[in-house]
Amino acid sequence: MPEKNFTKAIVEAVQQEMERDPNVFLAGEDVEIGGVFGTDAGLFETFGKKRVFNTPITEAGIAGLAVGSAAAGLRPVIEIMFMDFMGVCMDQIVNQMAKMKYMFGGKATLPIVVRTHAGAGRSMAAQHSQSLEAWFCHVPGLKVVMPTTPYDAKGLLISSIRDDNPVIFIENKRALAFRGEVPDEPYEIPLGVADVKREGSDVTVVATGYQVKDALDVAEELAERGVSVEVIDPRTLSPLDMDTIIESVQKTSRAVVAQEAVNFCGLGAEIAASIQERAFDYLDAPVKRVGAPFSPVPFSPVLEAAWLPGKDQIRAAIEEIVPVPA
Amino acid sequence: MALDLAPEKLKSMFERMVLIREFEERAATLMEQNRIPGAVHLYVGEEAVGVGVCSTLTDSDYIASTHRGHGHLLAKGGDPKLMYAELLGKVTGYCKGKGGSMHVADLDVGMLGANGIVGAGPPIAMGAAFAAQYRGEGAVSVCFFGDGASNQGTFHEAANMASLYKLPLVLVCENNLYGEFTAQADHQAVKDVADRAAGYSMPGLVIDGMDIMAVYEATDIAVERARNGEGPTLLECKTYRFYDHVGRDFGLHKRDEDEVAYWRSRDPIALFRATLEEQGTLAAGDADSITESIRARIDEAVEFAESSDEPLPEDLLNDVYTEVTA
Repeated sequence: MPEKNFTKAIVEAVQQEMERDPNVFLAGEDVEIGGVFGTDAGLFETFGKKRVFNTPITEAGIAGLAVGSAAAGLRPVIEIMFMDFMGVCMDQIVNQMAKMKYMFGGKATLPIVVRTHAGAGRSMAAQHSQSLEAWFCHVPGLKVVMPTTPYDAKGLLISSIRDDNPVIFIENKRALAFRGEVPDEPYEIPLGVADVKREGSDVTVVATGYQVKDALDVAEELAERGVSVEVIDPRTLSPLDMDTIIESVQKTSRAVVAQEAVNFCGLGAEIAASIQERAFDYLDAPVKRVGAPFSPVPFSPVLEAAWLPGKDQIRAAIEEIVPVPA
Repeated sequence: MALDLAPEKLKSMFERMVLIREFEERAATLMEQNRIPGAVHLYVGEEAVGVGVCSTLTDSDYIASTHRGHGHLLAKGGDPKLMYAELLGKVTGYCKGKGGSMHVADLDVGMLGANGIVGAGPPIAMGAAFAAQYRGEGAVSVCFFGDGASNQGTFHEAANMASLYKLPLVLVCENNLYGEFTAQADHQAVKDVADRAAGYSMPGLVIDGMDIMAVYEATDIAVERARNGEGPTLLECKTYRFYDHVGRDFGLHKRDEDEVAYWRSRDPIALFRATLEEQGTLAAGDADSITESIRARIDEAVEFAESSDEPLPEDLLNDVYTEVTA
């Protein structure tokens, strides 16, 4: 199987779905030049301005373009360049896109993908670095997808475009360089199905985004010290595949939830709460959460490194609840 | 000035105005009697705008509406039975009782929904106009919005995009002189919302919104421009809300009595009736018998709604998502 990076996997997914369905189009800020992260590279050259076009810097307009055109039968893929900019178009996403189907008694269908870039680690400071997935998971009517591997990114994006519901598709900036095997042909990965990235028996680490890589690295280290870590990537955050997580916790009896987002009121809190509700009797220790501290993302590389949760925090959380030989 | 339209068309426009008036008067009474849960925003006084505009459209054309949306749906061909059923929260309503007054919608006639968020409509209508242009089927999209909504960024974003992309959009401002409870002079820096068209290189016209013929003629030209690929037009219809922001009299503020009396003396239905009688389209007694038969239709529609079933609690979670995917 050919090896590709995450960026290439994303481009392939959009390209193949645009070839398959003439109702799919791509709109967003600077998508004609391939997007500021290269995740739209070559699409304008392939499909032309009718189907791949720059919008003004106008996030509410972009989101409204998606809502209205989807209600009228198209299948838009829009790009909100940075997830932080979603604040500018929250009404169109939260009050319009997410609710139209329900408010209209099921009669509207809104097959929309909102692609966006999230995550810190690049000294982009407080307004270009956030992981705001919890905002959207809190809204019934939206699906939220956050892949980590190139293989998952392509299959999940294809499924997201084919899905008849609005999907917030989050591309983690640091994950864009990840490489992995990605088939050339189109394929779907169903939304709402978690993936066990590494099997283990002593502790379950439920990780999202870049923390999946961190968790796998920690699992590798700890294996040398005799601790067997299972790593689960939910991949889709809403709907969330709790069954796979619960099944794992019933086996390991210990759980750590790791996310890059601010810990307070984050997705980790939801997962931890669901674990104690559904698997309390299986737990041998409290469920630990790893996430960012309660501050905006700082600019200084020194401060940002202190803010960003990573391997050290995941390792420490595991060590708190699993007896780890020194 | 009489319109150069077939007498049947003129008569049906008159009937549509009376239908809206009678529908709203009854809705107000039902609200006052607590037979409608929640609240209604009445369109009484503004009938010439909705009917004048929608009489230039077909079922393939789109409209986006506002919180004051009953008149728009009726003008676009909505069924009063399904509307009352929705206002009463019944399962037979347009939205199965899940939307209510502020979310009545009928996608089959291109009505993209009343909307509880002031200013949410313009981006959605712009998106539908994009879909119409993308498919090249000659449909147009019309957005109704108020003077208040024209202060929202979404209006300006949609106007800019529509003009930039030459979308088949007609922006119809129903300037009823109040944004909720605040008079226009206290909420916006312009007297004529039509002036805002200049900022987006589109024609902007001030229309007498109490004169259905003036509304029809201006919209007809704007729709023609839109269908010909010449882009959007902003029409500002000067009109008046005969009743309060919510219901007939919400009791929070009083408008100047002379102001109310002046606008009531320009009742759009009375004006149109006089014109049609003068030109012989309506014979003496025709208008009264039209009103009488519409009242019978309203009785029947209310009876349908009141005798309809309530939704079932087990339907609560239906229609949050579309289950079948493409």
